[in-house]
Amino acid sequence: MVSATASGQRTADQKSGSSDQSSQTRSSAHEPYINVPSNERWVSGLSGAALVLAGLKMRSIPGAVLVLAGGAMTHRAWTGHCNVYGALGINRAQGEGAAPEDYSSKGFHVSQAITIDKSPEELYRYWRDFQNLPRFMNYLEDVQILDDKRSHWKAKAPAGMSVEWDAEIINDQPNETIAWRSLYPASVDSAGSVRFVAGPPGRGTEVRVTFDYIPPAGKAGWMIAKLFGKDPEMEVREDLRRFKQIMETGEIPTLKGQPHGKRGLKGSIMATD
Amino acid sequence: MKAVCWNGKKDVRVENVPDPKLLNPTDAIVKITTTCICGSDLHLYDGYVPTMQPGDILGHEFMGEVVETGKEVKKLKVGDRIVVPFTICCGKCFYCKSQLWSLCNNSNPNAWMLEKAYGFTSAGLFGYSHMFGGYAGGQAQYARVPFADVGPMKIPDGVPDEKAVFLTDIFPTGYMAADNCNIKEGDIVAIWGCGPVGQFAIRSAYLLGAHQVIAIDHVPERLRMAEEGKAITINMDDEMIFEKLRELTGGRGPDAVIDCVGLEAQGHTLDAWYDRVKVATYMGTDRAHAIRQAINCCRPGGVVSIPGVYGGFLDKFPLGAAFGKGLTFKMGQTHVKKYLDDLLGKIQEGKIDPSFVITHRAKIDDARKMYETFAARAAGCIKVILKPNENGSVMHA
Repeated sequence: MVSATASGQRTADQKSGSSDQSSQTRSSAHEPYINVPSNERWVSGLSGAALVLAGLKMRSIPGAVLVLAGGAMTHRAWTGHCNVYGALGINRAQGEGAAPEDYSSKGFHVSQAITIDKSPEELYRYWRDFQNLPRFMNYLEDVQILDDKRSHWKAKAPAGMSVEWDAEIINDQPNETIAWRSLYPASVDSAGSVRFVAGPPGRGTEVRVTFDYIPPAGKAGWMIAKLFGKDPEMEVREDLRRFKQIMETGEIPTLKGQPHGKRGLKGSIMATD
Repeated sequence: MKAVCWNGKKDVRVENVPDPKLLNPTDAIVKITTTCICGSDLHLYDGYVPTMQPGDILGHEFMGEVVETGKEVKKLKVGDRIVVPFTICCGKCFYCKSQLWSLCNNSNPNAWMLEKAYGFTSAGLFGYSHMFGGYAGGQAQYARVPFADVGPMKIPDGVPDEKAVFLTDIFPTGYMAADNCNIKEGDIVAIWGCGPVGQFAIRSAYLLGAHQVIAIDHVPERLRMAEEGKAITINMDDEMIFEKLRELTGGRGPDAVIDCVGLEAQGHTLDAWYDRVKVATYMGTDRAHAIRQAINCCRPGGVVSIPGVYGGFLDKFPLGAAFGKGLTFKMGQTHVKKYLDDLLGKIQEGKIDPSFVITHRAKIDDARKMYETFAARAAGCIKVILKPNENGSVMHA
């Protein structure tokens, strides 16, 4: 479920809110926030639908009551927001990003390393400002910093759409490690980490990145992604290469816009400029 | 602007293309005064190098005048006359800092392609297929030069284009090939291939103190040019190379051998025909005839220096002979920038006049014909230079 949000508008919520857990799941919705965990939403939706059907068959006043109850349950399943919970101050969906065991059972793990001839301090400083990430992570369009732990990320999705989610930093050791994870509700649960380790003498800093994600529809999503040429290992390696190029030379080598002769059909597809 | 574009195997055309633009802050635009056709361009022409696409602009040996600079270019100024090394180097990575300029790992926008082929990337090159960077080349009227403050070198007024232009590639290539031989007093160096790189390797070996250079080829004009460079020559069509070399070296064998032939080796022996069949039937990529001979002929403990371009996999490689004789192999794309200052100095001191190698001067419009002539080694063709921004006619030296 893609959260349909207007990215600039959450500031009022965030600034006035406390740092308690419930504000996590409010962060990405201007509309009623989600307080029903996903497995309960399924149960709610299915049983609600069953009630609606049963009520319609009865064609009586009690039947109508069933329809209304069933309708409320499907609505609750659909939006993830339960008014009853809301009135009682219950939030059963809070803190529900994917659990670590979800990542290992349903997710994909990528890990890559690159050595960059800069100090760990310089590399950490650049990476820690998450607004820099879209400069070398091609799938990202934009990252907005919300506060010292949270940020709002926007990525490109197929067919010209975009996907947005919130993320929080879960580990931050200056000049050494940064780890982050996406917050519920993200359509793709993801968690990443980067470590900056001094390499052997004269070699610079080893940058070790891990990236875990649970694509929608589990492993089938991986197959589809692979079919269309997107290989997560290579994406991360290319991201790291671009990070190295920016940090060492200040620019990323490019061919876009260079001259060439007539390409023809195959040439236009295969040429890299 | 006019540019020489690859359009398929043996199909090179001069087309009208847009002028290059600055794309990155450290770019410069060069108006090209002299550019050349290289022996390794023939590998592209003959279809041996994968990832070429129709419309790719060829050419990696060019010099000219800076006409525009990006906002981060600090050293070069508009109006500077520069030679541009064919390897593009960032100057900041581990390899550049180690003087291994052709192994720069920041300058190839298609690094992933080389990683798939070789495991790791090397530097981007001008005009030499997408896996080696995909950069538009310099057989054109203008070119965009990335990292303009790093590679290019200013040429003083006293050194004309025809002496300077080979600093872009073939002079440092021949020099590095000889340098890699670790030449000591009394050494005899044998060189396969008397094309332009071989010619510079001959002269470089003498500059580096070789006692004697023996050069092998079968094209008469090339053998003659080698003799002008004080080499003893062997015509591979007439003589048994191994025996002749053994005789010329008093039974010792040459102390170092240089393979200036590369993957399109020619020959008439059984193994040469075997190579041709394998490559023609796509069961091999490189022809090993020259390198096999070089390994066989080299004395035990000697050096095999390989500037000749190889691309893929070689069959029937005599690793046993190489091991048994304890040979050292040194090879690779030229680290042009490492040698530029030294070689310009040698030109200015009159120790060498690189323009000796030019046999043909042509207009850019004649590029198609010149590629054919060069490929056929016809009409005494050894090195072709083009003047893309001048009007001229095809002349022989």
